[in-house]
Amino acid sequence: MTEPRLIEISPLTRVEGHGKVTIHLDAEGQVDEARLHIVEFRGFERFIRGRLLWEVPVIVQRLCGICPVSHHLAAAKAMDMICGVDQLPPTAEKMRRLMHYGQVMQSHVLHFFHLAAPDLLFGFGAPAEKRNIFEVLKDQPELGRRAIMMRKFGQDIIEATAGKKIHGTGAIPGGINKNLSIETRDALLAQLTDMETWAQDALALARNYTLDNAEMVRGFAAFPSHYLSLVRGGDGALDLYDGNLRALSADGDMIFDQLDTRRYHEALVEDVRSWSYMKFPFFKALGPEEGWYRVGPLARMNTASFIDTPQADAARTELMETNHGLPQHAVLANHWARMIEVLHCIEKIRDLLHDPDLQGTDLRGTGERRQEGIGVLEAPRGNLIHHYQVDENDQVTYCNLIVSTTHNNEGLNRAVRDVAEKHISGQSQITEGMLNHVEVAIRAYDPCLSCATHALGQMPLQVELFDAAGALLDRKAN
Amino acid sequence: MLLIGYGNPGRGDDGLGPAFAERIERAGPPGVAVLSDYQLTVEHAFDVAGADCVVFADALIGGDGAFRFTGAQSDTAADIGSHSLSPEAVLTLAATLYGARPAAHVMAISGVEFGEVKEGLSPRAQRNLDRACDFFFAWLAGYGNV
Repeated sequence: MTEPRLIEISPLTRVEGHGKVTIHLDAEGQVDEARLHIVEFRGFERFIRGRLLWEVPVIVQRLCGICPVSHHLAAAKAMDMICGVDQLPPTAEKMRRLMHYGQVMQSHVLHFFHLAAPDLLFGFGAPAEKRNIFEVLKDQPELGRRAIMMRKFGQDIIEATAGKKIHGTGAIPGGINKNLSIETRDALLAQLTDMETWAQDALALARNYTLDNAEMVRGFAAFPSHYLSLVRGGDGALDLYDGNLRALSADGDMIFDQLDTRRYHEALVEDVRSWSYMKFPFFKALGPEEGWYRVGPLARMNTASFIDTPQADAARTELMETNHGLPQHAVLANHWARMIEVLHCIEKIRDLLHDPDLQGTDLRGTGERRQEGIGVLEAPRGNLIHHYQVDENDQVTYCNLIVSTTHNNEGLNRAVRDVAEKHISGQSQITEGMLNHVEVAIRAYDPCLSCATHALGQMPLQVELFDAAGALLDRKAN
Repeated sequence: MLLIGYGNPGRGDDGLGPAFAERIERAGPPGVAVLSDYQLTVEHAFDVAGADCVVFADALIGGDGAFRFTGAQSDTAADIGSHSLSPEAVLTLAATLYGARPAAHVMAISGVEFGEVKEGLSPRAQRNLDRACDFFFAWLAGYGNV
């Protein structure tokens, strides 16, 4: 090997949206530079300008077909603030929480069983034709059926709370437009025992995978970083729907805590780089070099003081003990964290379904009108910020969205580089299995590049290898 | 019979699938259940498994005519991603998990404007939708549902 080379993975498979990985090798075949590029432009923040505030929670669902509920609720929270409603009526808040827990659980289930399972069960280097969900299902059809029923359960909850799966209108500025009927509640309750058992089994699968492969998990795209998430006001418990911002250092020290979400822009800055449409946020206090951080299920396990549901809390305690109570940095531990959150959501759903407030009739609050609104929640992939300003005619004049994948941008790029250095540096032949290692690292973050840039994409994998002069040396696709 | 129309109405002509589903649902032909969604996802395998015949309606980029109506089969080479599940992948899931092999068709309606974040169909997509609906009702009559 005597010439510098460029490897591209474009587009990525089994991630959401359209991205491209480039890996530059020097003359000795060592990784010189590795980057995740986002190649499509986000137009949504511009598109939303001029729309009426009450339309916004409906329109933003079109940002992403896989987590429309997260955008629906984040926008609704921002509009609550504009409507001057700082405290929703209990029925409204609990209906929204039910919707959110349904969304998070069904999203996590899809990722774990259908997107990540082939890698976890067959290994990252297995042949592409084997590393396929259908191969998993041939061996374990019951696993596949359970995953689908769990997805459907989550979708049923969304339909019951948001009205319908597409263009749901459940959350409105200042509240919710319906409560939960006894009939619907009972239909959901009838499925809960199965859901809880299956969530426990899935958690055991993810836990055992992490512990059985502890050495590999510790070394795979694992590096220290800071973490950010919402935590519950006061006690710092995990809270997926509401709370204040907590930032934790890689060593477990507080960078800031219980920061009012309305002040997010005082603590976070979005950096721009010429080679990607996706911004690079960082903690203002630490600067762009030291201040990058990660969000998502594992980040939430790290930042939360505890979980307020018993089964999930016991599972989190076990996860945190694997690093002696300090932040867990192994990216593949996200799978374990994800399944803890599935169980947490089931526990929360159970509690909510037994709460008579869901049949209440006080659905909407009122307050003094403001011109700015900020809504923050924890989406399946991590922290999500919606920020709007409106004029006296209720039309949006400004919109800024920071989605989970944008928060994780620097971490994703570092993961690509880490894996490329370990698995591609110095190799004379680049195999599809080696390149899949890179994709596994990206998939562990469950990135939604569609949200991050707003575009829908197709994801066949194409890899191209160039020499220093730009001539194509090799091409691989799966 | 199950009809699934999918696409993102916030992406211009990508909304052709849901628009087709809405049109058919409004007409209410007997024996046809209609679903509308942003995209095909794994749980559609469950819905498909309960049908004797399924029609997937989607937007088509770069089509020659107004629409294409073709058969579809399961394909184990189909990949699964949550934005890109194909009809073939859904059919394969239905066969693998539930042993179901319904007759399947794809109604692919040609669109021309996909790049912008906007609502509503382009005039050409609207005309193509009309023609696809006319064809579909005639096909349904032959199928024995109307």
